[in-house]
Amino acid sequence: MNYNWNWNIFFQPNPMGTGTYLDMLLSGLALTIKTALLAWIIALVFGSIIGVLRTLPSRAASWIGFAYVEFFRNMPLLVQLFLWFFVLPELLPRAAGLWLKQLPNAPFWTAAIGVGLFMSARVAVQLAAGVSSLPRGQKQAATALGLTTVQSYRYVLLPMAYRIILPPLTSEFLNTIKNTAVAITIGLLELTGQARAMQEFSFQVFEAFTAATVMYLLINIVVVTAMRFLERWVAISGYISGK
Amino acid sequence: MFSTLDFDVIRRSWGYLFYEGMTFTLTLTALSALGGLIFGTLIALMRLSGYRLLGRIAGLYVDFMRSLPLVLVIFWFYFLVPYIGQWLTGASRPIRVGAFSSSLITFIMFEAAYFSEIMRAGIQSISRGQPAAASALGLTYAQSMRYVVLPQAFRNMLPVLLTQTIVLFQDTSLVYVLSITDFLGAASKVAQRDGRLVEMYLFAALVYFVISCVASYGVRRLQARISIVR
Amino acid sequence: MKRIHVVSLALAAALGASQAGAQELTGTLKSIKESGSITLGHRDSSIPFSYLDDAQKPVGYAMDICYKIVDAVKKELKLDKLEVKLTPVTSATRIPLMANGTIDLECGSTTNNAERQKQVSFTNTHFLTASRYVTKKASKIEKIDDLKGKSVVSTAGTTNIKQLTEANAARNLNINIIPAKDHAEAFLMVETDRAVAFVMDDILLSSLVAGSKAPGDYVISKDAFSKPEPYGIMLRKDDAPFKKVVDAATAAVYTGGEGAKIYDKWFTQKIPPKGLNLATPISAELKNQYAKPSDSPDPDAYK
Repeated sequence: MNYNWNWNIFFQPNPMGTGTYLDMLLSGLALTIKTALLAWIIALVFGSIIGVLRTLPSRAASWIGFAYVEFFRNMPLLVQLFLWFFVLPELLPRAAGLWLKQLPNAPFWTAAIGVGLFMSARVAVQLAAGVSSLPRGQKQAATALGLTTVQSYRYVLLPMAYRIILPPLTSEFLNTIKNTAVAITIGLLELTGQARAMQEFSFQVFEAFTAATVMYLLINIVVVTAMRFLERWVAISGYISGK
Repeated sequence: MFSTLDFDVIRRSWGYLFYEGMTFTLTLTALSALGGLIFGTLIALMRLSGYRLLGRIAGLYVDFMRSLPLVLVIFWFYFLVPYIGQWLTGASRPIRVGAFSSSLITFIMFEAAYFSEIMRAGIQSISRGQPAAASALGLTYAQSMRYVVLPQAFRNMLPVLLTQTIVLFQDTSLVYVLSITDFLGAASKVAQRDGRLVEMYLFAALVYFVISCVASYGVRRLQARISIVR
Repeated sequence: MKRIHVVSLALAAALGASQAGAQELTGTLKSIKESGSITLGHRDSSIPFSYLDDAQKPVGYAMDICYKIVDAVKKELKLDKLEVKLTPVTSATRIPLMANGTIDLECGSTTNNAERQKQVSFTNTHFLTASRYVTKKASKIEKIDDLKGKSVVSTAGTTNIKQLTEANAARNLNINIIPAKDHAEAFLMVETDRAVAFVMDDILLSSLVAGSKAPGDYVISKDAFSKPEPYGIMLRKDDAPFKKVVDAATAAVYTGGEGAKIYDKWFTQKIPPKGLNLATPISAELKNQYAKPSDSPDPDAYK
């Protein structure tokens, strides 16, 4: 392979004056994690609301849930980010649009919200599946005890449903982390973005991408391990994973 | 607000958007789905083969690919495939690989990891009695897979495979990062040349939405039919 | 393994001896001859060097020069037909794609500098331009220091974004630098007030301004981030036979008067897609360069 390898590149200063190239990648890693965490909170909140709507007996509620999920699932994430970033501010009243565009961290907020809403549709589907997988008796018992719908969701159905869907939620969280890389297209310098910038500045393509790859693998291992602990911690004995 | 918009730009670039852009997107989707399914099935078979080493390699491949963002994988392959070609063929220089072939290889390799998990679940859903019966009938392992297990696994998993293909269709839009002219790439080139981002991106969103909606409606219909037959 | 190697060396020597005189093709020339095709990397929005016209076909000053090179290569290899393949590149992808053999020539607006020459080669310079920034007149940015604390866009993978990054660090400007995929996207960020300025080569800025919806709204800075730097058509490094053909072809174009004609076509006459006239007559430095073509990466060599 006629390519000049130079693994020392990581310890050479980067042109941003922020230390070495490794520091540059680490700052990308930090931004990836920050964006993914915020996106994940959004995904969980909106996903839970929509997921619950989908399981309610009301037809209107389940229709809203269905439309929401279809809307966010049937467009590529990249296109959704473009809609939030390039299209939305132009359709708002001028002052509001200008304010949005001149937010100091516009790419960060757009990415976190865009990825968050995109992922919320998937969380909603998982949660709805989790709730409907519960034995019918649980809902009936809750009603018989005199709990309102809100109470039966809060104290009976949701605590069980979240435990059931913990494994798929883990992989959705990993997807959230990976999906933040799409925000490279709106100028967010997360890990993939920093790896590409490092390639452009130093011309060491494969070193930069190798380092980013290793970092993504590490994030994955950390998340999978942490979630395994969480699963064990929340497990209810005699039920599902609580053997 | 809409008075300053010029939706005529869509009509003017119609041919470019669809004959060039959408053709690229759909061809890439179809070939990647086919290639990903074949390669993914092979990986699934490796994982279930009972040979420790093969299973481990296949498992590592799947975990590795599923840990990485597609955008990073797209960059990797676009820059790396020519060197791999050089290494495979023993040529003195990197092999020239066009944008389409490079994207195709990327998506096949990437999606295979996802298709393999689906096929693995499909194969595991077939009761053990069936391959046992097949081998009692004197079928070899390959024959029992080919004639008994895989056709059923494929059939059972068809809705999931198709859903994954819809995801793949949406994911192909990411070749935008390489400035390749897929549907979104074409839309963005027109958008940027004419300063018509709002119109073109709204239109692109609509087109992806309609195609994905119709396709997933089709998948739901199919699922209903299959589940009745079973 | 070793034995095979020795045998093949002996064989090669024997063959070489028998064909003494007949030149053995290597590198890019060899692959062009074998495949019967050459791949040109082009840009989407480097107006008027390499950009898409209304039929989305890449055209421009650098494209025309590249087609002259293609003719010369065809002649050199004595081919009846040479298929030209076009691959779009961005500022960020052009160098890796050149190194990995995806494209054979990059026809655009690539600055030739010493740092890049460690990765790729350049043929004779086809333009000279300095790095400046464009702002809206309304935002009243007079000098580089006024950009302090603002959002400024530049194209990912360019020398310009690097110069901006370095100036930002050296002068403590605290600028929020946004990387864009290509020049048109970056300019739109200024047009839509997402960024206050776009740092780029001044010639590209003035063509973007000229083609915009309201050219009168913009102003290009007097302050520059760099001296006028040379643009070159990029080719693979360490491929002397190919470079020789390309250098000879471009030199012939520039010294023979054809270069001036191509220049006039793109810089002083109406160009597609909108019939814009950039009205930028040839500079004394470029005229000089036409007379004595050079591939020097040193800006001072062109004074």
